[in-house]
Amino acid sequence: MSLAQPSGFFRDLVTVARRAVRTLPREPEAIIPAMLIPMFFFAVNIGALQDVAEGQAPGFDFKAFQLPVAIIFAVTGVSRANTIVTDIQSGYLDKMLITPVRRSALLLGMMVADIVLVFALSSLVTIVGFIVGVRFETGILGVLAFLAMASAWGLAFTGFPYAVALRTGNPAAVNSAFLIFFPFAFLTSAFVPLEALTSWLRTVARYNPVTYLLGALRALITEGWVAADILKGLGAIGGVGLITFTLAFTALGRRVKTG
Amino acid sequence: MSDFAIRAKGLARSFGENQAVKSVDLDVATSEIYGFLGPNGAGKSTTVRMLCTLLRPTGGSATVAGFDVVDDADEVRLRIGVALQEASLDEKQTGREVLELQGRMYGISGSVLSQRITEVVDFVDIGGAIDDFVGTYSGGMKRRVDLATALLHEPEVLFLDEPTTGLDPASRAKVWEEVRRLNRELGITIFLTTQYLEEADVLADRVGIIDGGLLVAEGTPVDLKRSVGADLIIASIDAEAEGVDQACTDVRNLPLVTDVSVHDDEITVSVADGAAVVNDFVVALNNAGLRAESLTLRTPTLDDVFLQVTGQRLTVGGSEGEVAA
Repeated sequence: MSLAQPSGFFRDLVTVARRAVRTLPREPEAIIPAMLIPMFFFAVNIGALQDVAEGQAPGFDFKAFQLPVAIIFAVTGVSRANTIVTDIQSGYLDKMLITPVRRSALLLGMMVADIVLVFALSSLVTIVGFIVGVRFETGILGVLAFLAMASAWGLAFTGFPYAVALRTGNPAAVNSAFLIFFPFAFLTSAFVPLEALTSWLRTVARYNPVTYLLGALRALITEGWVAADILKGLGAIGGVGLITFTLAFTALGRRVKTG
Repeated sequence: MSDFAIRAKGLARSFGENQAVKSVDLDVATSEIYGFLGPNGAGKSTTVRMLCTLLRPTGGSATVAGFDVVDDADEVRLRIGVALQEASLDEKQTGREVLELQGRMYGISGSVLSQRITEVVDFVDIGGAIDDFVGTYSGGMKRRVDLATALLHEPEVLFLDEPTTGLDPASRAKVWEEVRRLNRELGITIFLTTQYLEEADVLADRVGIIDGGLLVAEGTPVDLKRSVGADLIIASIDAEAEGVDQACTDVRNLPLVTDVSVHDDEITVSVADGAAVVNDFVVALNNAGLRAESLTLRTPTLDDVFLQVTGQRLTVGGSEGEVAA
């Protein structure tokens, strides 16, 4: 008689997450760029624009203004989608699908590793922010809220690359999907406040959820606990997450459908 | 457990217009080794994928370990072990980590899991390499670890999809020994696909021959071979020559001859006692103006069965093991 028995959802999730988290440090080629890119932009943006920005508006802290942008650059698009593509292509996904493991756990377990990674990346960027003198108006709780929101945004965005990975099983498609990062990250108030944007860009930025996320993160640093800003940020995360997760789990359903 | 480990009735699968499996009936008894023999593209892997719940049939039905592969897929999954052809594992994990993951997906953990890992690692004879990354393994080692993952949860039915394709003869013999041992010691039902005649012949209690998505013959290797005739006399001739039809008619009229056929410059005679007929056969060829370039008298192989039921040989140029993977 078989030793196998149905396992609970949570155990399936832990099982899959364990593999995904364990693999993180074994793929430095994926993590190192994700660490360097936000640092690079943080340094360059400050170097290029700090004097201009602070000269225009005395008392304006451009480093604090740029820290959330670096966070967005660090966490947006980080995912294990390429692992899923590799699993599809090698046949390892089929091997897992022959087991009784819950199908949703196969995707959610990967996302657990994503949260671990985006939290680590956000923490690193925030520490660099501290080093260059950024201070939080909201104190230690604010720092935690800041990291939590950054991680939540990273997670909300992962649904998109996963959807592409599961839908296509194609590594090139997953890499191309990264392009969506650019309008999200740049057509916003990333470099100057919303009011200072030219009118067309201001219109676009008003519809970009990242604008509200940046607003919430900036509020935590320089304004304090501004409920309106923070709620808008959470709304942006929730809205994007709802869309990308719907896409990802629909794609998962299609991928594991035995038809 | 039911008496039949695997039952299929009219099992079929189409991909669009392409009927990969047209209709397959199977009754595999518990503790049997069933060999599913056929050339590439015959529908072997598609059949296995349906039986393993990876692919939904487009026609017919099947039960494995007593459960329907569509309606009770989760029950089937708990009871089967599968080593697919590709032997896919995660290259960035160690062999042990792969086994741990596999065990946990079957709800096994703690000391039971570590105990089982020790047992299967022992069984497939991997040794210390189990703690190396899968990416460093040879093809043969990957297959062994893959087999270990398939055995970890003590399945009732084991599916092996072309377990020896691409392996050298020594590794192949080792896999055969393992399959026999699993069946003998643990009573596991084994459903094995292969394109190697010898493999089906030496391993399987019963063989099903699949060609073009249809099961074209089934039986014990002995019965299948007997169906072709007790002995075969095969002569290489010029099949384009004029006297071929005449020779066939004459040979068919010889005593003890049960069948005469011509394929690819070979005339094959099925006969109850080859030694008694071989002389008359050569005379008949000569009378028809044909010259035998070579003459073979032997007992039938599964390839002869394959030839009889499909009209072509499974092996290319008659050499076993040369079929492209």
